[in-house]
Amino acid sequence: MDIWALLVIPLIVSVFIALVTRKNEELSSYLSIGAVVIGFLIVLPYLLKLPGDPHMHPIEQAFTWISIKGLKIEMGTLIDPLSIIMLFVVTFVGSLIHIYSKGYMHGDPGYSRFFACLSLFIFSMLGIVLSNNLIMIFVFWELVGLASYLLIGYYFEKPSAADAAKKAFLVNRIGDFGFILGIFVIYYATGTFNFIEVEHHIAAGHVSSGTLTLAALLIFCGAVGKSAQFPLHVWLPDAMEGPTPVSALIHAATMVAAGVYMLARTSFLYAAAPDAMVIVAYIGGFTALMAALIALAQSDIKRIIAFSTLSSLGYMVLAIGVGGTGAGMFYLMTHAFFKALLFLGAGSVIHACHTNEIWEMGQLYPKMKTTAVTFFLGSLAMMGVFPFSGFWSKDEILSATFQSGNYFLFAMGILTAFITAVFISKLVVVTFFGDKKYHGHPHESPKVMTIPLIILSVFAVVAGFAGFPGLEPNFGTFVHTAGAALGEHGAHAEHHFNFMVASLSTIAVLGGILLGWSIYSRKGMKSDVMAERLPFTYKFLENRFYIDHIYDTYFVAWIYNGLAKILNYIEVNIIIIFIINGSAYTVRQIGKGLRLTTTGQLQNYAFVMVGGVLVLMIIFAAIL
Amino acid sequence: MEGFPIISAIIAAPLVAVIILLFLKDEMLWLVRAISVATTSLCLVLSLYMLWAYDKAKGGYQFVERIEWVKSLGISYYVGVDGISIAMIVLTSFVIFTGVFVSWVGVKQRVREHYIFLLLLVAGVFGVFVSLDLLFFYLFYELAVIPMYPLIGIWGSANREYATMKLTLYLSFGAVFALLGILSLYFVAGAQSGVYTFDMLAIGKLSLERSYQIKVFLPLLFGFGVLVPLAPFHSWSPIGHAAAPSAVSMLHAGVLMKLGAYGILRIAMGMLPAGAQFWMPYVAVLCLINIFYGGLVAMSRKDMKFMIGYSSSSHMGYVLLGLATLNYIGVNGAVLLMFAHGIMTALAFSLIGFIYDQAHTRMMYDFSGLAKKLPFVAVAFAIMGFASSGLPGLANFVAELMVFIGAFKDYPFQVVIAVFGIIVTATYMLRCIRDVFFREPQDKWDGLKDATTFVERLPFVILIAVLLVVGFYPSIIVDIINTGVVPLVDKINAVPHG
Repeated sequence: MDIWALLVIPLIVSVFIALVTRKNEELSSYLSIGAVVIGFLIVLPYLLKLPGDPHMHPIEQAFTWISIKGLKIEMGTLIDPLSIIMLFVVTFVGSLIHIYSKGYMHGDPGYSRFFACLSLFIFSMLGIVLSNNLIMIFVFWELVGLASYLLIGYYFEKPSAADAAKKAFLVNRIGDFGFILGIFVIYYATGTFNFIEVEHHIAAGHVSSGTLTLAALLIFCGAVGKSAQFPLHVWLPDAMEGPTPVSALIHAATMVAAGVYMLARTSFLYAAAPDAMVIVAYIGGFTALMAALIALAQSDIKRIIAFSTLSSLGYMVLAIGVGGTGAGMFYLMTHAFFKALLFLGAGSVIHACHTNEIWEMGQLYPKMKTTAVTFFLGSLAMMGVFPFSGFWSKDEILSATFQSGNYFLFAMGILTAFITAVFISKLVVVTFFGDKKYHGHPHESPKVMTIPLIILSVFAVVAGFAGFPGLEPNFGTFVHTAGAALGEHGAHAEHHFNFMVASLSTIAVLGGILLGWSIYSRKGMKSDVMAERLPFTYKFLENRFYIDHIYDTYFVAWIYNGLAKILNYIEVNIIIIFIINGSAYTVRQIGKGLRLTTTGQLQNYAFVMVGGVLVLMIIFAAIL
Repeated sequence: MEGFPIISAIIAAPLVAVIILLFLKDEMLWLVRAISVATTSLCLVLSLYMLWAYDKAKGGYQFVERIEWVKSLGISYYVGVDGISIAMIVLTSFVIFTGVFVSWVGVKQRVREHYIFLLLLVAGVFGVFVSLDLLFFYLFYELAVIPMYPLIGIWGSANREYATMKLTLYLSFGAVFALLGILSLYFVAGAQSGVYTFDMLAIGKLSLERSYQIKVFLPLLFGFGVLVPLAPFHSWSPIGHAAAPSAVSMLHAGVLMKLGAYGILRIAMGMLPAGAQFWMPYVAVLCLINIFYGGLVAMSRKDMKFMIGYSSSSHMGYVLLGLATLNYIGVNGAVLLMFAHGIMTALAFSLIGFIYDQAHTRMMYDFSGLAKKLPFVAVAFAIMGFASSGLPGLANFVAELMVFIGAFKDYPFQVVIAVFGIIVTATYMLRCIRDVFFREPQDKWDGLKDATTFVERLPFVILIAVLLVVGFYPSIIVDIINTGVVPLVDKINAVPHG
């Protein structure tokens, strides 16, 4: 019962704000905040019970949604360690971001609309987490897409925001194209959409390995879209057009991680399809490295963090791909804390400076100490410095990769860690220290914004200990249990602390910090020194490998201006003008010609009649 | 309500209203509108009552009425509804009820005549959906088509003469083929059984020869297919939508196109199972032209009505794909999609009409930033666009999902194209929303007014509510559709494959 309330309350609140309280902004914001906080309070007891019962039996509740002959679709909830952890992340980070938004969005003309959309998002996101079957997860998957669309396009008068919203939705649609086909493949292979039943069918060996690989890859398409993996990553940086709390909640902490959650939820499928896993791992590894490289050459504070999000998502997908579901989920959780923190910190900075350009900031530390300190802690976690949370979770991913025996991917992971350290150091140094470049009088944000920062920073620092190897049961135990029916990949998921891996990554990170710090802490730097020293590389990275450009000029133009125009030409000129109007014209001309025969003169008619009779007589004579 | 001729009441209500309207004066605007609202709300109430009172456990045709008409020819006034008909009746009632309000706002000239033709048309549509006699089916079918001619010709916008001529010619052309098939059925079935009758159920019970079924299926498929519209016989439809006044576009896209699909389902597939087995796989290929070609042409259109027009023919391709599956899931999905798409396009045309009546243009590039000025219309339009793009929570998603699941087993390739078609739909719908409603507002549109009054808002609210209710709780209508689909599909699959 209480589980359904998780879904119903935010939905009702969202509708209620839209229909009733939209004029009363204060009340709207309280309702929305209340909905997500209540959600958190509902989840909390489940979370607290978890350490005592790490191998809990999944609780499933469902009702029939569609039932016709030959097809039954349910809507249902599945509570197991995996969903509990994700519920906690969503409602906890969600609550803090809602509270922060109350301050951040203050005075905005669309205040109520913002909170209605946020509640709609919370409803949809919790729907994904709770789903017990593939159709339901797809339904909510699309609904978070809607919420994301509405919030990216929140400032819809801005053409760039309108474009970004459309792009996000459509690029996600391309991923979902594969996702839904994958769902159909699974349905026809197993006869069910239910996760647990599908898992049993696969474990029992009812499905051929070719089908499994196909299904796994198709379903992975959905994650590629939602979690912004290469080649569908292009929407996420543009999504920064949305208000900053939205970037923190949807485009960093929760929604984009839904792809990873979905992969974890269907990890039984990937465990049974090793070929697909290799592809998953490479896509993840490549995205991580590519995004980190691109981040090097960005100067918009939100964009830098956005690309680091892309990179982190690549890390998580890499973890799933090498069989480290637990590691991936662990990283997801810690990432939610430190990335939300970084975004909210960035929001606080933007709020104060009224610009996104880091080269127009500098020396903010004395002006906004709370923001600076929490941001600094978040950065350390993000880079994965011992003993911050990012260290533990990143280390799990790296050791899972190492154990899988794919040293190439492992090297990519280490390299990514190094580059991440470089650009995060640059971000921190240029924004908070360095030369004073800001205009006006930046000041610390109000308490409603800084308190969430402080809480998040605490979690960003300590959350890593949930996966502390000495702890029993630790994080890995819970998530591992989620896929327990399949013993095979569980072996990977178990955490082995690898001293070699940890020291390698620490060396990489410290090296990166050192490099970043030494380059960007120099006095008198006006713009990025990299642009001067390595102009071509910088340009290439700044333009995001020209991937967006290629899509726009080749694919989009090809379909919009090519194929669609050609078909329209065929429609208008060939089908309508030539065939249809042409046949009408022919009929009309024939009629015009025949009209001449109706002269109205009796002798003409008699003549034709006699002629006709003669012709008929000849025909009959010939036949007889 | 036992014994009350509920179906006849639904058909008669608009006809009675027509007669009353004939005796009124043009100036009695208020009374004309009141009568139209009253009669269509009566239809709506009665059809919702049928939805509620239909005995799902029993199934089959219910609320049956039969009066012998010409005994010697086997013609009788024979009406009844099964699950499929009820869904269509409910759809029609919603569209006409909201359409009357849309005309209230939009039609300013010859109001009385407008309502007369509108109600005549609707009586015909109701008649088609309930007829169990082939001749009456055909008569009602013509009754539904003919009023389109004056409705577009008199109250239409740009290019109306061309559009209405084309539309009427096309539909009459299709109807002739359908009539050919119907007469053939009458004579052949009569010769076989010795009893000449237009009784659809009686003819349906005969086992006609396979080769004959295959032969006569084709004119029926083509005849009704023109109305669907089956590509490449679709070009009457977008221009018909574009030229028609809002309420007529709503009925045209919302209901008339469904008559074609209903004809294929009820007459062609329902009475010629072997013919369906033979021909529907071809339909499964042809429908790709609708889906893919129609979708991409819609993408390149700048006129919103043309865009929705081509989008409609694209989406009717999904209906055809669903019908072609010949299995429970796909056919159920097709019928539900007929319903959902009918409501969704009605909403689309009513909204575009609302803007056009004020702005006198429908070109997307003429607009920007309307969301600031017309927030209510913008939200309604966005809901329509997302429904059309198959967003969960709205009725179209459920229907399309069922079509895809049903078709995936036998036609995986088609499903891939069809799912791709959904992306195409989302592309042009979102682009339209972006162009028209988003971006910076322009001064020249400061004079536009949002839907604020009850009469203006009611149709939008009702149509959106239907989309949402069915989207969230599809069983409310799927359960009933299913009772009609199961016997039909069973019958087709009972025929041994030749």
